[in-house]
Amino acid sequence: MSTLVFLEHHDGEIQKGALGVLAKAAQLGDASGVLIGSGVRSLTDQAGKHGASKVFVADDAALDAPLPQPRVDVLASLVRDQGFDTVLFAASVLAADVAAGLAARLDAGLNWDLADLAEQDGRLVGKRPALGDSVFVDVGWGDGPKLALFRSGTFDPVETGGSAQVEDATVSLEEHSKAATMIEQAHAESEGPNLEEAEVIVAGGRGLGGPENFTLVEELAKALGGAVGATRAVVDAGWYPYSTQIGQTGKTVAPKLYVACGISGAIQHKVGMQSSGTIVAINKDPNAPIFEFADFGVVGDIHQVVPKLTELVRERRGG
Amino acid sequence: MKIAVCVKQVPEGTKRIDRATMRLDRSGEGALNGFDAHAVEEALRVKDAAGGGEIVLVSMGPSKAADALRKALAMGADRSVLVTDDAAAGADLVGTSRVLAAVLEREQPDLVLFGQQAADADGAVLWSAVAERLRRPVISQVAELTVADGKARGKRQTEFGYDVIEATLPAVVAVSDAINEPRYPSLKGIMGAKSKPQETLTLADLGVEAGAKTEVLALSDPPPRGDTTKIEDDGDAAAKLVEFLAERRLL
Repeated sequence: MSTLVFLEHHDGEIQKGALGVLAKAAQLGDASGVLIGSGVRSLTDQAGKHGASKVFVADDAALDAPLPQPRVDVLASLVRDQGFDTVLFAASVLAADVAAGLAARLDAGLNWDLADLAEQDGRLVGKRPALGDSVFVDVGWGDGPKLALFRSGTFDPVETGGSAQVEDATVSLEEHSKAATMIEQAHAESEGPNLEEAEVIVAGGRGLGGPENFTLVEELAKALGGAVGATRAVVDAGWYPYSTQIGQTGKTVAPKLYVACGISGAIQHKVGMQSSGTIVAINKDPNAPIFEFADFGVVGDIHQVVPKLTELVRERRGG
Repeated sequence: MKIAVCVKQVPEGTKRIDRATMRLDRSGEGALNGFDAHAVEEALRVKDAAGGGEIVLVSMGPSKAADALRKALAMGADRSVLVTDDAAAGADLVGTSRVLAAVLEREQPDLVLFGQQAADADGAVLWSAVAERLRRPVISQVAELTVADGKARGKRQTEFGYDVIEATLPAVVAVSDAINEPRYPSLKGIMGAKSKPQETLTLADLGVEAGAKTEVLALSDPPPRGDTTKIEDDGDAAAKLVEFLAERRLL
């Protein structure tokens, strides 16, 4: 098995999710990584330290903007020239578009939303929770390169302390890959870690009662060193920005700790956070579905429980 | 302005997997994929802004998907093309994108729109594969779209905030459900939809094969979660919760 991992990066750092996938690839066999962008050569060390035996670098001004199609061009050449049989991606807005474009270019199978990958009887098997995670599906690939997109937060990065051999990758862009232009590029708007990478998330739902009560959520998140999330209901109501939305139509997260405040636990929300390590729910409705999948549920008043919790966490953490 | 909207019929109600075929059970009632209604709505807006044009719906699915297409026609789309063929039933991303691209090559639209995901398979990747086959630029997750001067400009959300991306037409754009509120079909629209052209094609008509490069090997039940605790707040719930978090080394 010769595996290539797409190492997505932002603001001079390889994304934690990509490093996690790299760790998984290294565990299954020899793993190479690819860095695509402008001024990305300095990130090869970070890739080597996290398990890549070899890193291909496509460093070109034309690759500066994180647009998918130029990345498909680079990956397609690498797979063809180097004979990689497997290409792995950590899910993101960019990675999903790159993976699907590459699948079409190579006529290769792409399995997405995977929660694990294993070698069974000499063949690669992906594990995919489906239909709101009510069933686990084992998926395989036909002939040709095998492409896979993993759920964010599926694997933790592992520091191996190694170093990678560095090789330049060919950059030759197709005409249609140059037909899209980044006019304005996103930079993190909110303070703290972005949601997919956060180890702790405190999220608020309609049970907060009003937008002003999001300060309770923000204070607790700050005390725990985490990020703030929201449900679609409160985003639709204009209480909190869409960029913080967790759920089927928002982000899928899997932090170590997820604290749901005033969230009922609708399926729309559940599918975006149920892979979290530990789920805590605080809700005044004892029948809320969230209590069915929370590890620790508190039936109580948000306004009583959350401020007290924030205070106690601050005492514990010494600040 | 000619706009194609790729839409899908999805099973209505609770979804289940047929354990024998290991495929999604599509035997019951079908509905227009809710996310696709946003793409149809956006097509109507772009057409209005352009002062006219044509909106053609493109779909692949069972013959009864014609009903879901009629709903989108009732919203205001002009006609539909449905590829329906038993040989396409197990098509995956590679196969489906090949078939849709073949229809789109025939139609030659200025703009191809997709919704943000399929509600049944949770797929959110098809547009990029179709764009690649058409060799056209793609913008995904678009929450604000303007089409003018031979260009599509989309504002879209990523993990890091908002991007603004511009693509020259013809282009492929996938819209998010934050982009608009789909209209309800009017009675006049519903009546009018019945007389709008609904074309049905087979794979042979298109001269393509669907096919798949992925497969389902087995199904299993997910592992149950461990022990759970649920307490009523008597004033000390916060303290108990902190103890729980400390035990799990989460503080």
